[in-house]
Amino acid sequence: MELQEFISKFAGVFEDTDASEITKETRFKELEEWSSLTGLMVIGMVLDDYGKNLKADDIRKCVTIEELFNVVNAL
Amino acid sequence: MYNPFSLEGKTILVTGASSGIGRATAIECSKMGAIVIISGRNEGRLQETLSQMDGNGHQIIVADLSTDAGVQLLVETCPKLDGLVNNAGYTHTMLTNFINREALSQQLEVNTVAPILLFQRLLKTKKLQKGTSVVFTASISGLCCAVLGNVLYSTSKSAINGFVKNAALDLAGKNIRINAVAPGMVDTHILDAGTISEEQLNAERQRYPMKRFGKPEEVAWSIIYLLSDASNFTTGSTIIMDGGFTLQ
Repeated sequence: MELQEFISKFAGVFEDTDASEITKETRFKELEEWSSLTGLMVIGMVLDDYGKNLKADDIRKCVTIEELFNVVNAL
Repeated sequence: MYNPFSLEGKTILVTGASSGIGRATAIECSKMGAIVIISGRNEGRLQETLSQMDGNGHQIIVADLSTDAGVQLLVETCPKLDGLVNNAGYTHTMLTNFINREALSQQLEVNTVAPILLFQRLLKTKKLQKGTSVVFTASISGLCCAVLGNVLYSTSKSAINGFVKNAALDLAGKNIRINAVAPGMVDTHILDAGTISEEQLNAERQRYPMKRFGKPEEVAWSIIYLLSDASNFTTGSTIIMDGGFTLQ
């Protein structure tokens, strides 16, 4: 599982946020488009693309996308 | 004492009795005088339910209703019934654009197909006596409102609402009544899968006019009304109990 690929899939969840705004340091919950809906989209993306069950609590504990990547990687 | 709500002398099967609404229903039915057959997949948790029940003569039948063998085992093992509470179910939180065949089929299998087939087979094998009352656990979700990420559950429970109405008509002549309860959010462990966070649940609680979710026993009491002779002229109905949530 590659960080760059994860970032690109993560960015794909968003409709209005430009992919260039999303890097490994991005504090994703501070993005204007972040909501419980995008949270569920990320959970769906992780299940579809990585076959892993990410939980809401896992997302809650992460601040940056790299932290989330590490959590998904460890699942 | 005069009490048309009593379940004295009635034998009632409750599925999904190892937790939540099913457990509370089994316990409350026993307190109302019924002999209760409790079913679920986990014997240990069924034993815990049994230990909280009043009276004697209750029975545990361990069965996985998502399989034909499980349904058959339950149908063959249980005695003749005066009441059936078709309650077993779960929810799989998933957004519409991520639906896949496996998740959809599993949700429908457990929440829709299994309860309908269990009822049908009990009927066919004459385990449901004249005057039997059947209660399905449905939901306000899909019937009167929707919840983000709840599309699979809404679909499965809406089908139950349709089934209840039509089956009630088919069987009214045989004096078998079929009704449903449609609760709003209830404090159970159904969301323990973790897709919805505690924070989100608390925010949802605040959207309820009573600022709380329902309690499992509050749903059980409506189920008891539908099982009892007090509701003898009621069939094909769905009792909504949501603390006023869908009035908003």
